[in-house]
Amino acid sequence: MPPFNAAKLTDAVAGLGEPDGGGAGFGSDPSMLDVLQGFVHELRAAGLPVSMTENLDAMRAIEHIDLGDRDTFKAALGATLVKHHQHWAAFETVFDVYFSFFAAGIAGDELSGEFADAAQAPPEGGGAMGDVSPEDLAQMLLDALMTMDREQLRRLAAMAVSRFAGMEPGRPVGGTYYLYRTLRQLDFDALTARMMGRAREEQREQMAGDALADRLQQEEFEARLRELRDIVEAEIRRRLVADRGVEAMARTLRKPLPEDVDFMHASREEMQALQRAIYPLTRALAARLAQRRRRRNRGALDFRSTVRHSLSYGGVPAEPKFRHPKPSKPEIMVVADISGSVASFARFTLQFVYAMASQFSKVRSWVFIDGVDEVTRFFQESDDIAEAIQRVNTEADVVWVDGHSDYGHAFEVFHDRHLLEITPKTSVILLGDARNNYHSAQAWVLDELRKRARHLYWLNPEPIGYWDTGDSIVSEYGVFCDGVYECRNLRQLEQFVTAIVDG
Amino acid sequence: MADRFDSVPDVVARLREADYLADTNIAGVVYLADRLEKPVLVEGPAGVGKTELAKAIAETTGSRLIRLQCYEGLDESKALYEWNYKKQLLRIQADREHESDWAEVEQDIFSEAFLLTRPLLEAIRAEEPVVLLIDEVDRVEMETEALLLEVLSDFQVSIPELGTIQGKQRPIVVLTSNNTRELSEALKRRCLYLHVDYPDLEREKDIVRVRVPEIDEELAEQVARVVRSIRQLDLKKSPSISETIDWARTLLYLGKHDIDPEVIGETLHVLLKYQSDIVKARKELQVDGGALPAARPG
Repeated sequence: MPPFNAAKLTDAVAGLGEPDGGGAGFGSDPSMLDVLQGFVHELRAAGLPVSMTENLDAMRAIEHIDLGDRDTFKAALGATLVKHHQHWAAFETVFDVYFSFFAAGIAGDELSGEFADAAQAPPEGGGAMGDVSPEDLAQMLLDALMTMDREQLRRLAAMAVSRFAGMEPGRPVGGTYYLYRTLRQLDFDALTARMMGRAREEQREQMAGDALADRLQQEEFEARLRELRDIVEAEIRRRLVADRGVEAMARTLRKPLPEDVDFMHASREEMQALQRAIYPLTRALAARLAQRRRRRNRGALDFRSTVRHSLSYGGVPAEPKFRHPKPSKPEIMVVADISGSVASFARFTLQFVYAMASQFSKVRSWVFIDGVDEVTRFFQESDDIAEAIQRVNTEADVVWVDGHSDYGHAFEVFHDRHLLEITPKTSVILLGDARNNYHSAQAWVLDELRKRARHLYWLNPEPIGYWDTGDSIVSEYGVFCDGVYECRNLRQLEQFVTAIVDG
Repeated sequence: MADRFDSVPDVVARLREADYLADTNIAGVVYLADRLEKPVLVEGPAGVGKTELAKAIAETTGSRLIRLQCYEGLDESKALYEWNYKKQLLRIQADREHESDWAEVEQDIFSEAFLLTRPLLEAIRAEEPVVLLIDEVDRVEMETEALLLEVLSDFQVSIPELGTIQGKQRPIVVLTSNNTRELSEALKRRCLYLHVDYPDLEREKDIVRVRVPEIDEELAEQVARVVRSIRQLDLKKSPSISETIDWARTLLYLGKHDIDPEVIGETLHVLLKYQSDIVKARKELQVDGGALPAARPG
């Protein structure tokens, strides 16, 4: 892969504005092909599986479209290069960086000089906007938001970024800090309230205090503010790209795909993305497993049906019919450590298992820190899994002494209370990092569990390299398990669940 | 072959004639499907108009719509072709008196007169313009998908006794999937990928106005806003576009020109199909539904 050349990108994009820029000749334009190759290279680096065929399709596709139209261009690349919806967010980020020159649209020319101005001028009052006070700017912004004048919003956003972001050329940042600074100066969080106030003034004659109307109005304003936020973010990115070049910027912004996000180190936004990814994933998995189970093995000969069908062959039983066996579904017991470091892992796994509940004959769950509490009741009382998880976090009684993980004690209590409920149909799944704070391990409990249960598994959210370091005693427990699995992301969790449903 | 669409805006305009409101993304992909002669794989939640898209394309281009509804257990004889063995048997029996030689009979009974065409073969052999809709392709087993590959990439079907049948024209092929399982990479590679999601407020409002022409703009706006609000909740099943339209119709039948909390409470079951979702939405939107519809006498 030849190194990506930012100057060529500028040339290529400069050509886009020309009226005849969308002709068929463009696809063979070497600079555009270079840009596209750099783009595809970055997509692959971000983890998207882009095949050779798809790459060629993208090149063919852009020959047919008007390259001046950003949305169509994006649709063309998206349709040919991205074949999984959960990869779309990653695609959008890379697209915005590589083709940020599009984003400016109307404001492009008048602003390209301003970044340099703003960078050199002192923060207070740079260039042409020196005479606009921050209050005026906020006021104009509010006006534009009320009427949703997008062109005006873009102009104002550009101004705000010049004035407030305090961007320093050459710093290797992704722009989150600049975004935060700009929004804080605009008093972004208070804007909804101010818009609501303005709206109430305007329609005072209408009945006030209608909760529903208020809610709908507020959601409308929040949607507008999200759009404003996106505009500001795009503006900041555009300037960062102009400053540091496409490749460097793309590298800074590179994030793992939802299925590869590490449970233990997920940011709040990544958590939300995981949350959204979990339901479709379980649904797809459940459908696949159900299908496989149905077809896997057929049952005994169905004599009646065979004779019945033999009639169409003149009484010759040419087509033997078999009974469909009612496949036995495994019974699952999940015992999860929910102390601080592994809490989110436990939450996702519980959510995942309960979302798949139809694949198991019965699911019971316990959580522990140093005490252990059965939480099956929360899931039975509500058919909303998220709500049940919420209650597990707040209501479960899991602290015995000091609220530091004590696997040994928790297992011992579990053993005393529930050992007899474990049957040869039960698969027991233990979740945790086995960091026992140097308490006694009580590993004999696992031996007992193993003897009664069909399977005993351990899922560890830590990378294998960390196992048995410090106070982690996963191997001590592991010898009694049928399997100890590293389970750091959705991809690994999915693989594990597939395996136990089969077994 | 003449291209069906001139430009992306042309796609938007022509789909609009068929009462389908496409955004730039949808229109862009449809346009490329036509130009690159590639099938489109449309994914998205249930009820966002995936199947409608194929119907609208067929309508606006004046093509015949050939539909293959997928289900578990779909096989070659249902999707591609089957030999009409009853007719073949008759032919052999009728031949007994003439005692013609076997080679001749064989030649005869494996000719097109004895071929039953199924949707895929029918689309390939069609003389007139055709839109082929392969609906809910995620329902067939992974192995059956392979059956589609030859059709999708080369638009031809190989029948051992007859040879390869090449398509006479290149139809627009639309595959839809509700994403109940991951489709194979091989299939995805051969398609343009289009993810259709719930529309934004403006588009949903327009859709309601196109589909329910009697509605006034004010009410359509309110409908779209309430639906957007409900979709932001964490529900088992968010309202689909078709449910939005049903709801707008319901409101009209009830003679409502303005939405108040009471009306929403009473008609929420048109939008939401799970009791837990209805309860949640009532609580969140602070609308009072009185008795639940299921609990009413009669």
